[in-house]
Amino acid sequence: MTPLHAKLMRDLWRIKAQAAAIMVVIAIGVGLQIMMTGFVSSLTLTRDAYYERHQLADIFAPVVRAPNYVESRLADIPGIRTVETRLNSMASAKVDTREFSISMQVLSLPLHGRRHLNEVRLTQGRMPDAQRPDEILLLESFATAHGIAPGSQLEVTLHGVRRWYNVVGTAQSPEFIYFAAPGEFIPDDARFGVIWMGRPALAAALDLEGAFNEALVSLLRGANKDAVLDQIDQVLDPFGAPGAYGLEDFQSDRFLSEEISGLEVTSSTVPPVFMMVAAFLLYIVTSRMITAEREEIGLVRAFGYSKREVASHYLELALFIAVTGAALGCLLGVLLGRAMVPVYTTYYKLPFLLFRLEFASFASGLLLSIAVATLGGIWALRGIFRLTPAQAMRPPTPPDFSHSFSFKKGLFARLDQPTRMVLRRLMRQPWRMLGAVIGIASGMALSLAMLIIYDGFDVAIDRTFNVVDRSDATVSFVRNVPMRTIYNLQGMEGISHAEPVRFVPVVFRNGLRTYKGSITGLSQAPILHRALDKDLQPIALPERGIVLSTPLADVLDVEVGDTLMLEIREGRQQTVMTQVAGIAESLLGAPAYMDLAALGRQVGEPNRFSAAYIAMRDGAQSKVYADLKDMPAVAGISLRSEAEDAFKKVMDEGAGSARFIMGVMAFAITFGIVYNVARVAQDESARDLASLRVLGFRHSEAAFVLLGELAVVVLLALPLGLWMGTGLSHLIAQGFSTDLYQIPVIFAPKAYGSSISVVVCAAVVSGWLVQRRIRSTDITLALKTRE
Amino acid sequence: MTSAHDTDTDHAFQVQGLTKTYGEGHSAVHALRGADLEIGDGEIVVLLGASGSGKSTLLNILGGLDRASSGSVCFRDQILTDMDDRALTNYRRRHVGFVFQFYNLMPSLTARENVELVTEIAENPITAERALELVGLTKRIDHFPAQLSGGEQQRVAIARAVAKQPDVLFCDEPTGALDSTTGRAVLRVIQDVNEALGTTVLLITHAAATAAMADRVIHFADGQIQKVELNENRVSAEEIHW
Repeated sequence: MTPLHAKLMRDLWRIKAQAAAIMVVIAIGVGLQIMMTGFVSSLTLTRDAYYERHQLADIFAPVVRAPNYVESRLADIPGIRTVETRLNSMASAKVDTREFSISMQVLSLPLHGRRHLNEVRLTQGRMPDAQRPDEILLLESFATAHGIAPGSQLEVTLHGVRRWYNVVGTAQSPEFIYFAAPGEFIPDDARFGVIWMGRPALAAALDLEGAFNEALVSLLRGANKDAVLDQIDQVLDPFGAPGAYGLEDFQSDRFLSEEISGLEVTSSTVPPVFMMVAAFLLYIVTSRMITAEREEIGLVRAFGYSKREVASHYLELALFIAVTGAALGCLLGVLLGRAMVPVYTTYYKLPFLLFRLEFASFASGLLLSIAVATLGGIWALRGIFRLTPAQAMRPPTPPDFSHSFSFKKGLFARLDQPTRMVLRRLMRQPWRMLGAVIGIASGMALSLAMLIIYDGFDVAIDRTFNVVDRSDATVSFVRNVPMRTIYNLQGMEGISHAEPVRFVPVVFRNGLRTYKGSITGLSQAPILHRALDKDLQPIALPERGIVLSTPLADVLDVEVGDTLMLEIREGRQQTVMTQVAGIAESLLGAPAYMDLAALGRQVGEPNRFSAAYIAMRDGAQSKVYADLKDMPAVAGISLRSEAEDAFKKVMDEGAGSARFIMGVMAFAITFGIVYNVARVAQDESARDLASLRVLGFRHSEAAFVLLGELAVVVLLALPLGLWMGTGLSHLIAQGFSTDLYQIPVIFAPKAYGSSISVVVCAAVVSGWLVQRRIRSTDITLALKTRE
Repeated sequence: MTSAHDTDTDHAFQVQGLTKTYGEGHSAVHALRGADLEIGDGEIVVLLGASGSGKSTLLNILGGLDRASSGSVCFRDQILTDMDDRALTNYRRRHVGFVFQFYNLMPSLTARENVELVTEIAENPITAERALELVGLTKRIDHFPAQLSGGEQQRVAIARAVAKQPDVLFCDEPTGALDSTTGRAVLRVIQDVNEALGTTVLLITHAAATAAMADRVIHFADGQIQKVELNENRVSAEEIHW
């Protein structure tokens, strides 16, 4: 070991606490990057391999009923590689653990023998025998949630007919990686299931023999998807098609893809903040060391060491800290990644998910930290190169404060000397102060923004479930029902109020902008489910025109008064022009509202309703369930409380740990900065502090001079952090809000309070550690050493 | 108030069997090996001796900057060796002024502010302007240390030390970093303070010639007091040459 290396090791040991604080900041930055990029690649690769192996279709084309021969007409469309048709229907299943039936999707299985689109992945048992109409395959997550194993039986009501089916196997499918009960988007394994059964049996049950109601299409490489979609719509239009759509509009793929792109964005924005803070810290630590060792530097230069050798000595110190931090970060990233796998597999039903350590990401994290160290180090080293060895060996003159503020006028004249010292020191190194302020504020902003977003989610849940939708349950019908059915519901004992609603699938068009969605027809002055404006006041639905939710208006780029084209995909399948009559606030989905009667007229099927919102009397739930069971028109019932609970569970689990992680991150950054700035300031002012003690200042009075500087830095960082955090939360909310859900940014005093507490707490802890060092300093030694 | 030249009066310090050991076992360093001493109020006492002879250790203990390993120190009627950290801080605050070889000024404060740093917490201070006038620095009162020469910085340090009207002034090599002309000027200031305010002065120096301005000269060697000389013929600072 060369003497310089021995010095390096001893220096590192001497500043171990500071070095550790910087390493933690780097480790968190690199760890987050490795974790997030690892998931981007794990999820992408797993998804792509799963889609590929199980031949997930590129296009889904639902239709009311099309004869089988139409399949070959679809196959003739240029650009299509494979067409396959199937039967797709909703049903309900009854399980022992629940009072009311659960919505199920039923899909036909193709005959064996060739490769098929949307192949299932058998996880247990066997495939149903095509000749046995009573054999079914069950979605694995649903089976697990209810403890149903192959060999059990399941009571299913399909097309109005209730019968028992034998579960012969369980399966996963690339179609159902992420799925939720109809009308919801938070997965709840127990409340939504999929049944696969032989096509002949399902065709018989649905009266669809010789016909299909969904076509699956895979495309040739390079095919023009939009052109193919148009042609499919043309072919299927006569058969009652609501419009074909691509995989990108398919719920499961949409959620998974948005998760991946969200991770991509976060991984390229959050870790750099940590690295910038680390660069700043390395700079102040290295530059302090260089200033303190100025004479030694002059000495070794006088011995004949080159500038490069001296510079690389200090650079090695910064590099050692950075590379160790990066290595720790790598470990942290892998551990975090592994810990997150079960979280992902809870919501994303992938056949497997292995956390991949992306070598490229590790390498870039390492390179970035090396760059950070070099940047911080070289910036600090500039000073050495300006000095000749002789200059360097001469003791430095006292730092010059002659350009600083004189404090002679006004209130300043009343400041006591310790306060003047604090202010002059701050003003003498404005860049260091600014760096510290911005660094702390960035750490705080990151955590604050996330806390605000999570509080926003809470508000979204509350608004959605308690303000917009005040019903207890939604009763859906097998087919559209007349008003009489609603009256029947209303008349039931236990139901205090029932409100009809009509859902109509529609393609909205404004110029080139289109959106496939649906219109919700609400009765006049509804009580249970309402369209609300931005002040949460009910909007009176006009007899003409349509009210769009904010996200839908954004997607279509329309304002109140603009005209919109509606391609109604039900009933007479008309295309009509209508005016935007209002904009409604919405946090879930992108609904559009119309007056119920007006909507009925547009569809050409007035006074027909697809569902009803109901309010139940206290304790009447079981009675209502029992009565509804006997109504053949009822397809299912979904309880608002269950949807809300599913939402809350996700928020509590996810948000709880995220809040903790955000707190740790803000603490680490603040601690890293405050502790390092304090230690450097303490080193620089060791003699001043000792002199103050000699002059008869108490510990607390001497500590004020040092800690006062930090208090100012933290106090300046707090408002800046609040401002930056609020701004960042708006950016995040904008970036992550889609037509699936919108993130509101709300005034969140709790989030402000928490982030302030974390920063203040970190500052107090580091201040306490530093003042403990002041106490243990030998004042006579400090006086004898020459700065 | 007692006369500065009347050595046979009240004692400022009474020191008995004072020892100071740094470290333990084989690495123990005996900085003071049992010192007995009395210092009268208003005296100028010069401590002479080689490096490591124990003079700085004695000064630090008398000044309340360090603690003795054994023995006792009385300052007037207070026993310094029994005091805790807080009491020692108060002792320094009320009774003691220090001047060091490297001035130890606050670079972020002007000359006036450096003095005010002390007058703000002292019980009976003179004004900063008056203290700086005493050391002849009226014209440079609003200059920062970086704008002052070494001698001027040391004079600010003396002004700061005497502004509280201390009972004792401790000077550790106050001229060590200065040329002889400037050094003499600094010693003149110390002598003036002693005469004007009756302050007891303990002064460490390497320059034996400085002893000529003392009432009493204490010679140190190997952690012990070798001899104490009474100087009947004090000279003024200007007459000292080294």
